Amino acid sequence: MLAKPRLRDLKLICSYTGKVLIGVGLLMALPLLTALAFREWAAFVDFLVGLGAALLAGCALAWLGVGEGRPSWIHGMVTAGISWLAAMGVAAVPYWLSGHYLSYLDCMFDVMSGLTTTGLTLIQDLDHVSVSLNTWRHLLTFVGGQGIIVLALAFLSSAAGGGYPLYVGEAKDEKLFPSVLHTAKTIWKISLVYLAVGTVALWVAGMAIGISPLRALLHGLWVYMAAWSTGGFAPMSQNILYYHSLGYEVVTLLFFVSGSFNFALHHAVWRGERKEVFRNIETVSFAGSLAALTLIASWGLMRLGVYPGAVALFRKGFYQLISGHTTTGFMTLYARQLVLEWGDVALLAMILAMLLGGSACSTAGGFKALRVGILFKAIGQETRRLLKPGSAVFAQRFHYLGSRILGEAQVRSAALVVLMYLVIFALATLVGSLCGYPLLESAFEAASVSGNVGLSVGVTAASMPAVLKATYIFNMWAGRLEFMAVLATFGFIAAAVRRKGLA
Amino acid sequence: MRSGVLFLLLALASTCLFGQVGTAELISKARQLDGQEVEFVGEAIGESMRRGDYVWLNLLESGGAIGIWAKRADMPAIRFFGSAAARGDTLRVRGVFHRSCPQHGGDLDIHAAALEVVARGELKQETLHAGRMALAAGLLLAAAAVFLSWRAKQKAKDRA
Repeated sequence: MLAKPRLRDLKLICSYTGKVLIGVGLLMALPLLTALAFREWAAFVDFLVGLGAALLAGCALAWLGVGEGRPSWIHGMVTAGISWLAAMGVAAVPYWLSGHYLSYLDCMFDVMSGLTTTGLTLIQDLDHVSVSLNTWRHLLTFVGGQGIIVLALAFLSSAAGGGYPLYVGEAKDEKLFPSVLHTAKTIWKISLVYLAVGTVALWVAGMAIGISPLRALLHGLWVYMAAWSTGGFAPMSQNILYYHSLGYEVVTLLFFVSGSFNFALHHAVWRGERKEVFRNIETVSFAGSLAALTLIASWGLMRLGVYPGAVALFRKGFYQLISGHTTTGFMTLYARQLVLEWGDVALLAMILAMLLGGSACSTAGGFKALRVGILFKAIGQETRRLLKPGSAVFAQRFHYLGSRILGEAQVRSAALVVLMYLVIFALATLVGSLCGYPLLESAFEAASVSGNVGLSVGVTAASMPAVLKATYIFNMWAGRLEFMAVLATFGFIAAAVRRKGLA
Repeated sequence: MRSGVLFLLLALASTCLFGQVGTAELISKARQLDGQEVEFVGEAIGESMRRGDYVWLNLLESGGAIGIWAKRADMPAIRFFGSAAARGDTLRVRGVFHRSCPQHGGDLDIHAAALEVVARGELKQETLHAGRMALAAGLLLAAAAVFLSWRAKQKAKDRA
């Protein structure tokens, strides 16, 4: 049971949450400058309001928590949980003022969808959205992929002292270096280098398919941000289908697959350890599940004669599948086509792909390939144990940035997180069904929100019930933070309420 | 007179052959309409994308946007494409609908036989709200005041 929260605990949480909000506010400077450059004066004022609200809230919270020392684990976890909710509240201000949303709940849904790199959207009339608002949408998903706390740690250096609990609270436990500040900066360095390379690649690809240079640059930047963060947002309502181009689709595919890999794996490759790609339990697990699910989905689609040839099967079947498996959510078809044409087998393969997800310590969501690999290794170990004499002692090894011995703690931790994902998946499926949607469609959308994917069969719409929107917001938040921070937040609140007052 | 009647009959026949459809209907009745000639009316969005002698154009109507594959030579002059700054020209297209186009990697599209502009778009007028400007100024001033107070409190705490 959690100890009774003291005033100092609250002040510490306020202090770090305030710094995260200041970070969110400062981020608004980018769309603000974009609005200035493109002379979008109404949007400029909207972003000034958003900036003012975020800075005021952030400074007020930081003022409340002045000088309360270093955060412990529980502070880190609770701060991570609360910061994401607070960031959702303030980042939604420019959305609401834009007039492209029907309610503030819809705005918060889209912010949480962006920050958690889910990619589902309730925006109205996306094809007429301003350049600055599109920049904000994609910036949120790019920053959310690396982590808003990683951002605060990397760029607001005063927040770095004792920052490891905050870093872990955001579901990133890979320390590339002993210093968490150094790790956070390296994650951003990797992402910014890829940002430059990816934007140029998509800019060239865009111009090659007939898009004017400025528009190709903007689309390249936005689509890259969504691809690398496995986000799934796009500037046009048709998503990637808008471009009608195999080449453009292949370039996006390369970047979202890269984004779904562990930052530690990227770092190892940067250091010259290229063999790690082929030996790492995550890449092996991901390749295995992708191959199996591609076979199942292809069989389902071919049986129904959905696509006329191999190219169409690749561009529609495989693209959607790998987009789902990496938890990206880019689409090259219409949402309702999945329900009306794909059939149950291919849809079930998609649901499984979305739940399995990408790599740990990446921008991807889902169970994560590391946990799936560990659980398969554990099943193998138990099978061997059953077949060998009781006195036999053996160790199960796996390769993850070096050879490791499989321990019970790793298996228990992996199984618990997978179980929690299944619980929130079941919850969202149940709420969807209770709201009147068919079971398979509810399950598809539930897998999409729980795994932070963003593919949709059409359930997600501004017209869906508010209770379903709230459930999906909860699932996106819990799925992105991988439950520890969420459980800690609820536990902290329960402890504070139960004890009636602070010490 | 006779030619006028003939024109009317042809016009009537053509509306029977090329029933006007929306995006939602094209998606929901895709198998039924696959390979049929259809008529579609929508707002040009984004921009037209040149592909050799052809272009891709995306037309938006209430049910969503759809890709139109057309010969460059058949393209009418489009003055406005839908964006934040403008409402795009409205075009009527007649052409063959594909549920899963074999030429274009399975895209759901229309290969245009005829395209025409039926309504011109226009630039949008931006509205600046004085209330929002005042709100922005107030929030920023308040944030600056709290920021200064926070730094002063921090310094006092450090000294103590």
